[in-house]
Amino acid sequence: MKEVEFAIVGGGPAGLSAAIEAARCGVKVMVFDENERPGGQLFKQIHKFFGSREHGAGIRGIDIGSQLLEDAEKYGVEVYLNAAVWGIFDGPQLGICAEHRVFRVKAKKVLLATGASENALAFSGWTLPGVIGAGAAQTMINIHRVLPGRRVLMVGSGNVGLIISYQLLQAGAQVEAVVEALPHITGYGVHASKLRRCGVPILTSHTVKEATGQERVERAIIVEVDHQFEPRPGTERDLAVDTICLAVGLTPMAELAWLAGCRIAYIPELGGHAPLHDDNMLTTAEDIYVAGDLTGIEEAHTAIEEGRVAGIAVAESLGYIDFTRAFELKQQAKDHLGALRKGPFGEKRAQAKVRMIERREHP
Amino acid sequence: MRIKNHPILGPLANKKKVMIDVDGRQIEAEENEPIAAALMAQGISVFHRTKKTGSPRGLFCGIGRCSDCFMIVDGIPNTRTCVTPVREGMKIETQHGLGQWKVDR
Amino acid sequence: MKRTLKTTGILYGEELLKCPGMPTRKRMEQGPVAIIECTQEIPCDPCVDACRKGAIQIGEDITQPPRLLEEKCNGCGSCIAECPGLAIFVADFNHSPEQALLKIPYEFFPIPKANTKVLALDREGKVIGEVRVLKVSNPKKNDRTPVLSLLVPKERVLEIRHIRLKESI
Repeated sequence: MKEVEFAIVGGGPAGLSAAIEAARCGVKVMVFDENERPGGQLFKQIHKFFGSREHGAGIRGIDIGSQLLEDAEKYGVEVYLNAAVWGIFDGPQLGICAEHRVFRVKAKKVLLATGASENALAFSGWTLPGVIGAGAAQTMINIHRVLPGRRVLMVGSGNVGLIISYQLLQAGAQVEAVVEALPHITGYGVHASKLRRCGVPILTSHTVKEATGQERVERAIIVEVDHQFEPRPGTERDLAVDTICLAVGLTPMAELAWLAGCRIAYIPELGGHAPLHDDNMLTTAEDIYVAGDLTGIEEAHTAIEEGRVAGIAVAESLGYIDFTRAFELKQQAKDHLGALRKGPFGEKRAQAKVRMIERREHP
Repeated sequence: MRIKNHPILGPLANKKKVMIDVDGRQIEAEENEPIAAALMAQGISVFHRTKKTGSPRGLFCGIGRCSDCFMIVDGIPNTRTCVTPVREGMKIETQHGLGQWKVDR
Repeated sequence: MKRTLKTTGILYGEELLKCPGMPTRKRMEQGPVAIIECTQEIPCDPCVDACRKGAIQIGEDITQPPRLLEEKCNGCGSCIAECPGLAIFVADFNHSPEQALLKIPYEFFPIPKANTKVLALDREGKVIGEVRVLKVSNPKKNDRTPVLSLLVPKERVLEIRHIRLKESI
């Protein structure tokens, strides 16, 4: 059976950052990713990122992705693509399916950095072709250069819905409206302003009621909702759209963490069930670490910093760097995480992360 | 509907083309792109029909997790077209219902 | 319901005029100056380094909205393309007796050609007139965020925030 020192599941920003930090300390790292290319969601993010300038703010996601890949290669990280990790066993061992073979890999330490999946929203007609996840639309337009449709209704006004609406405009589609069930816009005001100045209406206290069409979406009915999210009768409006994008939240992909026996908690502020971890990103399962959106829905920069903490912690636990140096490096990443989680948009997540670490220490 | 020019991504690169067969129709695709992208670029949005009601299904999650994009590819049903790259001469069929194996096993 | 950034996505009235990145009327009438329409507490600070005159201040806590030090600002516009939120504009009230010069970021294809007329849109995307594009600036350092210099009526400087090409409807 193949043996590696440090196996990472998921080659997105968290996984690659952990790999780079560990490899820099001398650890032999192998990253497994089920996709054809690594980078996670970064290669769809054609917009400039927020955050602090010393940590890559103002740089487009696609370029952050390229930089991570370059660094991974530079430090000798092995990346095994088209490799799906379907199981995790005592050892720890990973069950992998790649190149039409099924095999196991034994590792001294494992990092799960599997990210999150998009939530779905069911409504009458939602199975029609043309109803797609907002992330699916983003993949189509920014990676494959294909328009999924010409006239779009976006459901959800979080940053995902707002940013992808703007990118749909850049791709040449029309966005007829953004609907948001809450009475206010949940994403950043500046993202909303960019859309409004392009003429895209953002309808708060609204949701999609029905999609109709023969072979694909041809019309959508939206409706106003009250503060209990009940539709207000008589407020239905008909929109001529051929695509309905669902940007209604993300949920951590915690399957492997469940299988590994990690303690998991349901934390709404973080998107649902997330594996508990300590401030070294270590779960309750021996030798299993977690980082990135798997531990709570945030963004690429927090994924990068959490990945760094995990990578350094693994290098430390394997004896590649000493306590003092590890402490110093981890502290830098943690300080940055603290800065990224400040303000009204981040504080709930910051508090949830503190609670999560506490719960892991004191079940 | 291919995006020929893009403010951030620039002009569409001239990629190598391959020909694929979709329900008997010859369709041009770009080498290595997912089948679903090639079909959607040609305006094809129905990928399969459900067993009981024959309702149309197409791309949904785009990331290989939902099963809405299933088609029969080179005789193998339930192939996730959103994560399967095209190859020259690939045979793609709209799947009706649960699909049948069309290869010698 | 009150019209706020949170409920509409648009900065109106007080919310706009009280934002720390807004220059005073007096300063605007003195010549080119930046208008930084960023009001929420979000961890973000690339604008600070973008300014070579030190005219943008955020401080230790990077969630603070940027403050414009209007005496230091010379309206050069280097900050426009750096803002990930595309929330910075530059206005020169005194460009000519009749018109002001307004610089906006524009990340769409096709980019208008210099010296052409385009439709001017307000913050709600409504067409409020036609304006001339004086100049198009898209240097490599902008990282694919072109900046358009528009000749606009002086009274529209705080209204016009986007354009649309006349051919594309």
